[in-house]
Amino acid sequence: MTVPRWIYLPAGVGALLILAPLVALLTRVDWATLPALLTSPASLAALGLSVRTSALATLACLIVGVPMALVLARSQIRMVAWLRPFVLLPLVLPPVVAGIALLYTFGRRGLLGGTFEALGLQIAFSTTAVVLAQTFVALPFLVLSLESALRTLGPGYEDVAATLGARPTLVLARVTIPTLLPAVVTGAVLAFARALGEFGATITFAGSLQGVTRTLPLEIYLQRETDPDAAVALSLLLVVVAVAVIGLATRRIGHA
Amino acid sequence: MNRWLLAGFLLAGCGGPDANTVTVFAASSLTAPFTQIADIYEQQHPGTTVAVTFAGSADLVAQLEQGAPASVLATADEATMAKAGWASPQPFATNTMTIVVPEGNPGEVRGIADLSNPDLTVVICAPQVPCGAATVAVEQAAGVDIAADSEESAVADVLGKVSSGQADAGIVYESDLGSAAVTGVVIPDAVNATNTYLIAARDARGREFLDTVASEQGQQVLADDGFGPP
Amino acid sequence: MSLIASFTVSDRDVSVDLAVENQATLAIIGPNGSGKSTVLQVLSGLLRADRGTAAVDARILFDQQTWLAPHQRRLALLAQQPRLFPRMTALGNVEFALRARRADRHQAMDWLERVAAGDLAHRRPATLSGGQAQRVAIARALAADPDVLLLDEPLAALDPSVAAEIRHTLRPILAGRTTVLVTHEVLDAALLADDLLVMQGGRVVECGTTTTVMSNPRTDFAAQMCGLNLVRGVAAGPDTLASNVGTLTGLGSLRAGQQAVAAFAPAAVGVYRHPPHGSPRNVVPARITRLTPHGQVVRVGTDAFAADLTPGAVAELGLHPDLAVFLAVKAAEIQLYAA
Repeated sequence: MTVPRWIYLPAGVGALLILAPLVALLTRVDWATLPALLTSPASLAALGLSVRTSALATLACLIVGVPMALVLARSQIRMVAWLRPFVLLPLVLPPVVAGIALLYTFGRRGLLGGTFEALGLQIAFSTTAVVLAQTFVALPFLVLSLESALRTLGPGYEDVAATLGARPTLVLARVTIPTLLPAVVTGAVLAFARALGEFGATITFAGSLQGVTRTLPLEIYLQRETDPDAAVALSLLLVVVAVAVIGLATRRIGHA
Repeated sequence: MNRWLLAGFLLAGCGGPDANTVTVFAASSLTAPFTQIADIYEQQHPGTTVAVTFAGSADLVAQLEQGAPASVLATADEATMAKAGWASPQPFATNTMTIVVPEGNPGEVRGIADLSNPDLTVVICAPQVPCGAATVAVEQAAGVDIAADSEESAVADVLGKVSSGQADAGIVYESDLGSAAVTGVVIPDAVNATNTYLIAARDARGREFLDTVASEQGQQVLADDGFGPP
Repeated sequence: MSLIASFTVSDRDVSVDLAVENQATLAIIGPNGSGKSTVLQVLSGLLRADRGTAAVDARILFDQQTWLAPHQRRLALLAQQPRLFPRMTALGNVEFALRARRADRHQAMDWLERVAAGDLAHRRPATLSGGQAQRVAIARALAADPDVLLLDEPLAALDPSVAAEIRHTLRPILAGRTTVLVTHEVLDAALLADDLLVMQGGRVVECGTTTTVMSNPRTDFAAQMCGLNLVRGVAAGPDTLASNVGTLTGLGSLRAGQQAVAAFAPAAVGVYRHPPHGSPRNVVPARITRLTPHGQVVRVGTDAFAADLTPGAVAELGLHPDLAVFLAVKAAEIQLYAA
């Protein structure tokens, strides 16, 4: 398809909308103090925590999200169609509300919290809570993108595999997942990016303590109070990390 | 079409500062008293409206820097007022700190020393915010190392976590005691920290509001809400 | 392995009875929408029938109580589109079928060579031509060692010359296997199938051995599919048919007054500008309705019946639609039988 010329105008406006704040941010950076700000103990702790928890959250999303997408796209059970809108729930809930809901579930006096307390596990105020919060908000990104890819792919290959005598698990492992790998990667990248930037649910549910629960977004929020330069520096760091991860991951797809 | 656009803009208030509105920027902890004082002001000056924005210190400063049109600024500590750089601020209230525990005191907290117990879930303000700076001062004065499980950026979050039972104890402003399902545990005056609240005005209307705050009526409202005298 | 099936799929309005003998090939012919693909989908388990049953020898594929999932049926389905798994090589595709039934993967190369695709072993499906991919798909289906082979218009997406090659490859392969072949090309049926089933509108309209159905078709559609003209009428004598195109004399033994049909190939029909003299006993005036090229012949459609002529003849006679002509058929070329 040849893109009609006029399309570039609204597309350009959109690009501008995204890039302009980034440029504004860049103009605020105090380049002289940047290295010191980025390597302070608080910053490094926040960065390390963010990357670790986002990676774990992405893993959790893959473990439950891929099966969810498979069920949504392929299941013959009619009930499943009714459940689909609920998968969108974390997308629609304001993150702070999501955090409160998680608190009511896993917090001390929460629905499941009592059970966990009895087992000696306190979830609130722990790194586990951060991963939970991030997984909750990032899951729909993975599920929906993968489900969409599954629907587009259609059951053709899987049907053929079945008629060749392959059991459903073999079909999944050898046909479905390998064919879907690019979509899985895209979904995982989206989930990772969302987890990295997660703020509202984390601060409400997990709290904020350096090295334990204070991820990069929370650190930025805090630094704003006393040191706007640090906040800007860390924001830049967050953007760079996100762009790097997404760029690398999507380049792989281009090559594959 | 142009006429409708213009009307729309005026209605939305994009036209510019309205002479009959006083815009006040105040720290979040002043929400209860300043809402009342705003009513008092409007009664005393019929035809005027007070528009108060409550926010954390950092937000207040950031928005003012970017040119938000405020006539009055009321901050929770001297540092924030200094950052905002308004001329001739004056103190109008003080706030001391108190320990809060959920109803029933499940953690059996008796005093500041108990907060160093790592088995308790303790939530305090982060040092970067006014209430957190005060908490640090209390820590140092009492010689206690608080084993915090979370350092929040807003006092309201500390209060929320304690009142919902997620935390066993927290340190907030004295003035926050009345507003939630929490019980207070006293911090002795000897080790307590005091935050001085400052207020400054930039124009005639603002000064009028400032006067209302400093008046007997205004001061009574503040005292009723748990603030100390300036 | 013999196959018996009888089932109905209500929302597709398909209701079918069929049987395939051990090692025989049954061809199902029909127009688009006649339900032939539905039959294969039901047999393979990709579609559930509302009522009915199917069994391979004594093993029930589905009935009132049982329903085997596709992977449990020991059938293999080959479609128009080869559907090779894109992320595996050709060899990998064939190995997959062997892996699925836990057989030795190293047989894969043998299967590829049997379909003359050995040299394609390490190629990716995306780099294969239609014919090459279809060969690999055949090898893969065979490697699954199915009890019954199901072929759904396997040559339809191929160039005629490539189709001819694949057809040639398939011949020996199908010889010893129980197969159901769906096609709309009568040549496939003629060359590959022992029995023929004709479907129309979701129902079986004719079935029998291939030779029987093609030489003595009872329905218009079957006749059309085999390139036969079919004229209905009433028998006027043992070898005469009175119809609305005229009286036709042919070969047959009818009872006068009986409903009958005359069947003859378009190739047996001669076209004349003026009434011919000579041996042809059947001369029918007609008006040309259309001229359709069919490979090396032109099918001359008229308001009576069709004739196949060479393009040269068409040109020489100056034929064009709406022209009044005379059609002549030798009586010896016409088969008459009771309808």
